[in-house]
Amino acid sequence: MKRIIVTMLVLLPSAAFAAAPAVNARDFPGPAWSPYLVGVGLGVLSWLTFYFSDKPIGASSFYATVAGGIGRLFARQHTDSLEYYKKNPPRIGWEFVFVLATIVGAFIAATTGGEFTNEWVPPFWAARFGPDTALLHATIGFCGGILMAFGARFAGGCTSGHGISGTMQLNVGSWIAVVCFFIGGIAAAVPLFLL
Amino acid sequence: MIEPGKAVKQGREKAESPVAAPAKLVAAVVFGLAFGFLLQKGGAAKFNVLIGQLLLQDWTVAKIMMSAILVGMIGIFILHRMAKVNLHLKPTRLGPNIIGGLIFGMGFALIGYCPGTAAAALGQGNWDALFGMAGLVVGSYIYAEMSSWLKQTAEKWGDMGKITLPDLIKVPRAPFVAGFALLLTLCLIALERLALR
Repeated sequence: MKRIIVTMLVLLPSAAFAAAPAVNARDFPGPAWSPYLVGVGLGVLSWLTFYFSDKPIGASSFYATVAGGIGRLFARQHTDSLEYYKKNPPRIGWEFVFVLATIVGAFIAATTGGEFTNEWVPPFWAARFGPDTALLHATIGFCGGILMAFGARFAGGCTSGHGISGTMQLNVGSWIAVVCFFIGGIAAAVPLFLL
Repeated sequence: MIEPGKAVKQGREKAESPVAAPAKLVAAVVFGLAFGFLLQKGGAAKFNVLIGQLLLQDWTVAKIMMSAILVGMIGIFILHRMAKVNLHLKPTRLGPNIIGGLIFGMGFALIGYCPGTAAAALGQGNWDALFGMAGLVVGSYIYAEMSSWLKQTAEKWGDMGKITLPDLIKVPRAPFVAGFALLLTLCLIALERLALR
């Protein structure tokens, strides 16, 4: 219970001193391949998506499309009347299929590399908050997802759209956004996992 | 002379059709498979690698992103110069970029995955990503609910239009790209020497 309260107050770092042990991410498995090799691969993949599909890599609009699709099921007129969906009507487009295929691509990489996890609580989270905190982890993850999607739509992209595709085009707003991603992320993660 | 980028046809299909052309979708499948495969191999589908970056304990994500930016930038600007690709610049809006970016970052620390890596995490068998993904769907709809109001207010703050770093400091693109490539390389060398992982 103490840990739950501490976690709930994560945004007030002063309240987070206590409870759980500090953790070190390097005690847990890292990348299977060299990160430089993967980075080069993503760079070349961007050339290909620009050249063959006339698209930058991006992921966050997938979730907006899913939300719009569900919204149209329950409140079609209302969803269609929203400014965002007037401009970006939910449809089975390139970005939507791209993210679905991302799930499968990671599945292939994990199974062929013997890294398929089949778990509900990441060991790193369990080391910090205890193994029986699946519900807490799920709740916080859900809330984090809400914040993240709102931030992504407001900022105009996510770690893919701004963080990789926008930055490589030297887009000013993307560099500002990605710096803010990490400032916000560090400010929230340090009290949550280290203090 | 062909103005760079202007020679590429804007193959924009009608946005009204609920499903895009099959050839486009096949390309999206191939590229998406490669994206997910690379993210997983890079450890970017792992909770501890992503949170480890936010804790400045594990620099894998920075290494991946900076090498992707380095390689991608050089190729994209050469292809653009040859009029083989279009740039896809999102408008720079200081207010939304900063506020939205900070909110995104706080969400990132809570969920432990980002929109793309959550998909990769799910593929890797990290079922907890499903809750984060559900939150991402809900958050997207909340934004859509507010989009009309935000467009008239906050999204006008600091609107600079579509602008690149070399445009901003009024330097020609080619030398800027060369200089920036050198800077990124130096950063990567420094990371490799200083970071423990």
